[in-house]
Amino acid sequence: MTQIILAGFGGQGILFAGKQLAYAGMLTGKEVSWLPSYGPEMRGGTANCHVILSDQEIAAPMIQSPDVLIALNQPSLEKFEKAVRAGGKIFYDSSMIDRVPENDEAHIFAVPATTIAASLGANNLANIVMLGKVLKESEVLTMDEIRMAMEKTISARKQNLLELNMKCLQAGFDYQA
Amino acid sequence: MSEKVLMKGNEALAEAAIRAGCRLFFGYPITPQTEVSAYMSKRMPQVDGLFLQAESEVAAINMVYGAAGAGARVMTSSSSPGISLKQEGISYIAASDLPCLVVNIVRGGPGLGGIQPAQSDYFQAVKGGGHGDYHLVVLAPASVQELVDLTAEAFDIGDMYRVPVMIMGDGMLGQMMEPITFGEPKKRNLPEKTWATTGTAMQRKKNVVNSLYLTPEELEELNNERAKRYAAIEENEVKVELQQVEDADLVLVAYGVTARIAKTAAAIAREKGMKVGLIRPITLWPFPKKEIANAAKSAKCFLTVEMSQGQMVEDVRLAVNGAKPVHFYGRNGGIVPTPDEIVKEMEKLLGGANE
Repeated sequence: MTQIILAGFGGQGILFAGKQLAYAGMLTGKEVSWLPSYGPEMRGGTANCHVILSDQEIAAPMIQSPDVLIALNQPSLEKFEKAVRAGGKIFYDSSMIDRVPENDEAHIFAVPATTIAASLGANNLANIVMLGKVLKESEVLTMDEIRMAMEKTISARKQNLLELNMKCLQAGFDYQA
Repeated sequence: MSEKVLMKGNEALAEAAIRAGCRLFFGYPITPQTEVSAYMSKRMPQVDGLFLQAESEVAAINMVYGAAGAGARVMTSSSSPGISLKQEGISYIAASDLPCLVVNIVRGGPGLGGIQPAQSDYFQAVKGGGHGDYHLVVLAPASVQELVDLTAEAFDIGDMYRVPVMIMGDGMLGQMMEPITFGEPKKRNLPEKTWATTGTAMQRKKNVVNSLYLTPEELEELNNERAKRYAAIEENEVKVELQQVEDADLVLVAYGVTARIAKTAAAIAREKGMKVGLIRPITLWPFPKKEIANAAKSAKCFLTVEMSQGQMVEDVRLAVNGAKPVHFYGRNGGIVPTPDEIVKEMEKLLGGANE
């Protein structure tokens, strides 16, 4: 079972990135759940979602100790960094967060995702850059599986954005500190 | 079997209702179930159905009353404060022996409360809510797939017994996405709606939908006839999931998504060597009294877990009937209990039980 928390400002595409993980998990035959925060949090505060991928039936859909945390802003990092389990992984957007996560027992990955996305002409795809790095550093899903998910979840009207998303995913995957 | 899709609870429930033949939706938006309305407004016109956003919850439930009287498969959906507004209409619908589906995606209360998940409308759902001797059949799904399956079932149960049925979920279930398939629901042999007010065409006596009976004898007879149907529902329609109850010292009782959190807690407890089982009522009314009474023969104690200050726990106590202690743990106001909190509570109780 892999438990992933994604968190950031409302508008950073947290729920969308989480949906790609859940959808790709489903396409590969896993049990999945996607639980979003909702309400006033979504407007400017921290949006988060809990994604679980499992080979077995998923009991609690909310996560106490994530295996993976993806944090796109500082309040989100502060909220979840200590919950990440020992041996878990924290991915944080170092172009938005100017301090190192506080968790000695987790593996830390700093990715300047917002800067990378902007350099590719995709100001709002830091979420996808981050996802690329997660795919690289964990065996949760492959690039092809996320691509399949995007083909299914991006509406027909916006399919022209698929390649830009894939470019950002690849850039995150290839990024080395 | 149809293709697996990833859907939000609220949208999946709306789609399941349409696939179950519901073509009329009357509602008024409220968080956390607004997606039901949004989905219906998009989909109903595609299937020649009708979506109507009423001017209020009171109007919506009375539109449901009218449509149900004409024999249509009809539903409304809301969340806690909105469901309170609908209570008068629900009582009238029950009194008129009409089937319909009312969905409550519960949020924290009382009053306007909050918008985060809760289970504090249990009393309202199973003990009346409106006035008079009546029951709703209350279904409490724990996953998006079960929500889909129970939506079809809800319409059938309503038609079978001529009663309003409620699906009670919470903000988590409404908002979360899980993979689902829309299978072919099992078909029941449903009675024809000979009572529906569809026009006589000068061929039959007119049907009347009414809840006013000024002669006490007449009203009592009608209520007693309805009570027989309630008894049949209690006999035939109880749904419950039991997990590792046989050897359990402590039996958790929880419903909806809370039951899934309890399941995780039970797994942690088992790993720590505690003998813990789980009873998950899927129907809150009729309540799985027999199964709980049965468990009371072997278990040392019960722990009911709810997102409320303790409501279902009263029905658990009635079912256990003093045979064993029944404890309660709950969070409310929109706070969701964690598995660790539940484990801690069980440790306290089993520590005591072993002394």
